[in-house]
Amino acid sequence: MSDISNARRALLARILDGEGRTPSTQRRAAFENSSSSMIEPLRSLIDKVASGASAVTDDDVADAVATGLSEDEVFELVVCAAVGEAERQYDAARTALEAALGGG
Amino acid sequence: MRLTILERGHSLGTKLLFAIIRAASRQPVLDIIKLVRYRPDFYGKPMGAVTHEVMRGASTWSVGDRELMAAVIAKANHCAFCTEAHAAVARGAYRSDEKVAAGLSDDAATLDEPLRATLQMLRKLATHRQVDASDMRAVLDAGATREQILDALAVSFAFNTVARLADAFEFSVPTADSHVAIASSVAS
Repeated sequence: MSDISNARRALLARILDGEGRTPSTQRRAAFENSSSSMIEPLRSLIDKVASGASAVTDDDVADAVATGLSEDEVFELVVCAAVGEAERQYDAARTALEAALGGG
Repeated sequence: MRLTILERGHSLGTKLLFAIIRAASRQPVLDIIKLVRYRPDFYGKPMGAVTHEVMRGASTWSVGDRELMAAVIAKANHCAFCTEAHAAVARGAYRSDEKVAAGLSDDAATLDEPLRATLQMLRKLATHRQVDASDMRAVLDAGATREQILDALAVSFAFNTVARLADAFEFSVPTADSHVAIASSVAS
């Protein structure tokens, strides 16, 4: 069986708590897709990355940059949003698996 | 790509590497390579460790099975780049176009269990962003072990991430001839 637990933990620690161009709190808000912690148009971009990234448009990214964010900041926040949604799905599916094995 | 830094913001050494790649392959540098080589300490290196373990680590799923899972997850995310790249590697690993086509279309008559049920669960997870215990019982009833399901979910973690980034940053979809090379570099 493959074991991604250490590599996954290292990835999350790096993008959320390591050195970055954005504050760790902002990266964590993007990771969690926490709408209350972000303002438009960044909030829409992050939500699209989480809920269906094929809907992201040129304008979504350009509008986020136009608010004064650097491209490096947008890069970090989009990465955090993508990993965050993948992590939520991974956690939910593992919980469902354990429920199935436990007869839940 | 939608961010200029991902096109032209790399270090001098990386730009030199890209020039060598272009000269040797006579192909443009793939957008996935540009992504993982941009500030690689932030995303490319730590994510590469995850992807390598997921796709080439120990598992009772074959390389072809895992590549097909990656393609199915990418397709459910509407990511053309990842779907084509990983379908191409799956076709090579299986030496079968039909099996990959069946997996991407969930053709129950062609695929063996428990792969078919596992692909169906992964497709539902990527599409609906959640699954429940009944979905998992269906995969277990089809003969998958707990370890096999966890390995499949690890593929899901990796490609639910990569597909989102490919779409958000708008990766170019290369020609069909480039797909095997693309997916090999993604998985390496």
